Amino acid sequence: MSEHSTSTHAKSPLATYFSVWIALLFGTFLTYEVAKLDLGDFNAAVALIIATTKALLVALFFMHLRHASEKLLKVVVISTIFFLFILLALSMADYGTRLWS
Amino acid sequence: VEVQGDSRALRHHFATEEQQRDASSLGMWIFLGTEVMFFGGLFCSYLIYRLMYFGDFAAASVTIDARLGGANTAVLICSSLTVVLAIWAAQTGRRALLITMLIVTMLFGLAFLGIKGYEYYNKFVEHHVPGASFSFENQEIPNHPGEYANPRHAEIFFALYFIMTGLHALHMVVGLGIFTWLLWAAWKGRFTPEYHTPLEIGGLYWHFVDIIWIYLFPLLYLIDRHH
Repeated sequence: MSEHSTSTHAKSPLATYFSVWIALLFGTFLTYEVAKLDLGDFNAAVALIIATTKALLVALFFMHLRHASEKLLKVVVISTIFFLFILLALSMADYGTRLWS
Repeated sequence: VEVQGDSRALRHHFATEEQQRDASSLGMWIFLGTEVMFFGGLFCSYLIYRLMYFGDFAAASVTIDARLGGANTAVLICSSLTVVLAIWAAQTGRRALLITMLIVTMLFGLAFLGIKGYEYYNKFVEHHVPGASFSFENQEIPNHPGEYANPRHAEIFFALYFIMTGLHALHMVVGLGIFTWLLWAAWKGRFTPEYHTPLEIGGLYWHFVDIIWIYLFPLLYLIDRHH
């Protein structure tokens, strides 16, 4: 077999994949358990921080964004996040200020 | 005319195979960008109504079985692992492992839809589906003894719940279709260590659907679970 000579990856990514998988399962367990604690207004913040961490793990390691060399691809990803931010921020700025009177 | 047989054929408008692969990948990421905005509108509606009707949303959310949502999160995370293992199998020329991982991924996808269907079934039985038979009377707001949720506001939560999880489930069905095609192509031996771009593109889609669920789970299932 010529697996080792044809592979462009110097070392196997399997260890990374399984570590990320364990981290994602742990994050799911954590978010489920933390929801049962009374953290006041911070419950939602903690849930979103855990969710974003999990999403980043998937994007960086499973979707291989970490090794993306294409600058164009980075532009697409960053502008996606930017436009989502505009959508959420301007909508909230609208609804958040409607009751000022 | 489609190029038959050799799937590694470099299309004439690309200079190199690497350029061809990068173009496919970029196209997929642009599509996923539009998907983020697609779901983003729903997340935005959710955010606005949740801030307006916080207690009603909490009362509605606690009627959903969070264990089912949690189980489905684990199922999707496992399916994302099998997707990267499938791609790794293609990269290292392991055809049997590739086919196995594609089948396992699809089984996880079907399990997700099964659990989701059971969850929907419960909501139908409880009359928590927005519409003529919707009923949400005398449901106490969590941590506010003696205060009851406004059924009209709770109905908005369930409308968002069904639209967001339904749209996500629709993406899962599309994903299963894509993976059926990938499985067929893998069976035909079309993927090699040099050429497996469709697997990577299909995988990007599957992971994206996983990411959407990673946000849906805490937002819809885990509001005010503490007592």
